[in-house]
Amino acid sequence: MHLVIIGNGITGVTAALTARKLQPEARITLVSAESAHHFSRPALMYVYLGDLRYQDIKPYEDWFWTENRLELVHATATGLDTATNTVQLDNGTTLTYDKLLLATGSRGRRGPWPGAELAGVQTFVTLPDLELMTRDTRQGVRQAVIVGGGLIGVELAEMLAAKGVAVTMLIRDARYWGAILPPEEAALVQRQLDAHHIVCRYETELQEILADENGRVRAVRTTAGEQLPCQWLGLAIGVEPNLDLARAGDLEVDKGVLVNEHLQTSAPHVYAAGDCTQLREFAKGELAVEQLWYTGRQQGETVAYTLCNADAPRSYQRGQWFNSAKFFDLEYQTYGRVPAEPAAGEHSFCWQHPTRAALLRINFRADTLAVTGLNVLGLRQRHDTWAAWLQAGTPVTEVMANLGAANFDPEFFRQYEKVMVAQFNQQFPQHAVQLRRRKGLFRV
Amino acid sequence: MTTAQPLTADAPLPEVAGTEKLLLALVGLGLLLLLPAAFDADAPRAHAAFYAALGLISVGTLGWAGWKYGQKPPGVYNHNLWLRASTSRGAVAWVTGIVLTGFYVILYWFSSPDDQGNFGPLNQLVHALDPFSQLLRHKPADQWFLYGTFYTLAILLMGGRGLWKYRSSPYHLIRTGSLMFFQLGFAFLLPGLLLAFQRPEFYFSYFWPLKQEYLFPDTVGYLLKDGGPGLGVFMVFWTAVISFVGVPVLTYFFGKRWYCSWVCGCGGLAETAGDPYRQLSDKSRTAWKWEVRIIYTVLVVIVALTALLWVGASGAVPALQSITQPLSKAYGFAIGSVFSGVIGVGFYPLMGARVWCRFGCPMAAYLGLIQKHFSRFRITTNGAQCISCGNCSNVCEMGIDVKQYAQRGEPIIRASCVGCGMCSTACPRGVLNLENGPRDNRYQGSQLISADSLRILS
Repeated sequence: MHLVIIGNGITGVTAALTARKLQPEARITLVSAESAHHFSRPALMYVYLGDLRYQDIKPYEDWFWTENRLELVHATATGLDTATNTVQLDNGTTLTYDKLLLATGSRGRRGPWPGAELAGVQTFVTLPDLELMTRDTRQGVRQAVIVGGGLIGVELAEMLAAKGVAVTMLIRDARYWGAILPPEEAALVQRQLDAHHIVCRYETELQEILADENGRVRAVRTTAGEQLPCQWLGLAIGVEPNLDLARAGDLEVDKGVLVNEHLQTSAPHVYAAGDCTQLREFAKGELAVEQLWYTGRQQGETVAYTLCNADAPRSYQRGQWFNSAKFFDLEYQTYGRVPAEPAAGEHSFCWQHPTRAALLRINFRADTLAVTGLNVLGLRQRHDTWAAWLQAGTPVTEVMANLGAANFDPEFFRQYEKVMVAQFNQQFPQHAVQLRRRKGLFRV
Repeated sequence: MTTAQPLTADAPLPEVAGTEKLLLALVGLGLLLLLPAAFDADAPRAHAAFYAALGLISVGTLGWAGWKYGQKPPGVYNHNLWLRASTSRGAVAWVTGIVLTGFYVILYWFSSPDDQGNFGPLNQLVHALDPFSQLLRHKPADQWFLYGTFYTLAILLMGGRGLWKYRSSPYHLIRTGSLMFFQLGFAFLLPGLLLAFQRPEFYFSYFWPLKQEYLFPDTVGYLLKDGGPGLGVFMVFWTAVISFVGVPVLTYFFGKRWYCSWVCGCGGLAETAGDPYRQLSDKSRTAWKWEVRIIYTVLVVIVALTALLWVGASGAVPALQSITQPLSKAYGFAIGSVFSGVIGVGFYPLMGARVWCRFGCPMAAYLGLIQKHFSRFRITTNGAQCISCGNCSNVCEMGIDVKQYAQRGEPIIRASCVGCGMCSTACPRGVLNLENGPRDNRYQGSQLISADSLRILS
């Protein structure tokens, strides 16, 4: 079998590694326009910050690909003919596949604004984006504006602030990451933004991008009518699937490449996974298009089973939600579902340290008391423990009593389980519990 | 379309503030003052320059660290390490490496006192410490006292920097405090006081096979004779008990970190003075292959040599004496001086601070074997949260490619891990945690991620 994978991001590479395990004899080719080798996309910011070099964000050493017989092609796939099972590359070669996986990922959305093509205006998703930003911020950038109050926005703010650039963020919501974070969490992130001197304009959007005589951004005008001078403008309003190749092959596309539960596209032998896909059917509370490192990895693994054995295709199952991020110095982990606004039929228990940046929120059903989600900021919680609790619908009383079992903070860190339980008992006296388990995997 | 790989050297650097330049200038001036301290013919003036140099270096280092890490809230400070010449093998790093290497060469081979008590190029520096040495040890200073003073000062000053830099982590505060305590108390003051009381200069924090001669027949004989029936016997008992009972027991419970990153002087210097260089260790598989080849060879050699020395000393094989004595000398030269000193510290700015600990130290090899096969210690990976960013591998001074394990959801159980805890601190997703627990299923990874099972080592 010749498996051709377009895209060497986490989705394509996970599919390749899984396929190699399942079919030791298969010929596997990875095609990427972006980079010669797989790299960690969430780590791009650390290269700009000087924490790491480019070679440090490659998850595997270069010998890994040869030794595992994964052929790497550094070229752009420009054409797809599903009738002849061929992919055309811009270097003149044509690849013939038995199975094709599109893992083309996504690119930053540029929005509707005139002037988005000016020098010094860009998105931040890809390796070329990093190179562009590196070149464009080397000299003469004293002020920068970032549009978008999400994860990429705060990354850009951290990157620029570390270089001494004055940063203003334009955020559509009334609080940071308002679609995802409840107000208490957003307020803690706000403290980080304040401590790092990031200016935030809430309920404010970009109106217009103003150019200087050299065609470079010199200022922006906001919907509040304010004019902000800036020599660099970051557009961090989300990402959109890369669909060029799918369109070239006449695959059915909508927002993303349309796939069924086996991640199969409208064409035979052609599959798609990761950021670029749109699920035709999905469970309640899940999304048709998901653009996360973790979901990309899951889809890449799932699709490899189908690619290697079409007689026993595997359905993609979203599984328990989890995510994590870091806002400047503040770590964030979430397991299960914690909506930004309180959900009907659910209680939300939220503990905060009076002075330190530390927060724990546990959501649970009012009727069965089953836990439904966790947010932590400035604390670390054990993924496996929470996955088991959420899977089993463990009652919050059981979880609170054993909270220490999920504590993943390093040794000698202050343990807050006692005060958390005390506050829980005060808030929910009808469900009062006694702390049974202290920190540690093995201590009871 | 093909794209060139980005050069991190192109990323912009923030402007260095005037305050920072001033504080660094104080350190630089202090270092320069060591030249007149060493070579000014006027002895009182040279001594004044010596103490002024130490003062400027101390004030400058602590002031610089206080300013630099006080500018921002507590957190992880790894920005620009790969952009600055001093911490990314640039010109400054090479000059630093050459100066350090040169100092060790002079110390080991060109500063032994002649008949007049002249310590060669280090003579004035050594004599500048005479009053202090008289006070502590009741005897004049020598080149080793000068070295010990510099060494301890480096650990205390850069330890102070570490305490401030890593103040967000109680683990690093306690661990750094422990290293500073053992260096100052057990590796500097106590040996000095023992001399003051006319006892053998003994380091209670170093053990065979790192301090190989402590279990050599000559040293044991000397300790028993000069230490007297009480102290001498205790010293021999102490070194033997720690080497053969303390090491396995403590390593079983805590991993090798109880020694390598909490007590040991070599580790102490690496964790404090070497902290700016931890990212320089080579993470490649090739480096790991050399590590395994070299370090276990050193362990085998020193075990065999120790055994041979005892056989020789027993007189059972009379011809052995003529072989073991030169062998012991050669080991002391090649491993004790060249490897642990000149290369071990001299190459800090080029190869990272744990070159000796990783490639050469027989104690680390011995502790590592126990840690790998008979210990409750491991670094746990938190479920499926790893994003393969590489910050953990970057800060690993032992050159472990930590992310290879983290991205598979596997616990990290490696002979070389000294348990410094930096991977856990640097991880931006809260994925890594140093833990001690039952040995059952110690290698069990998370069920939330499928390991790709493709090999990474061997």
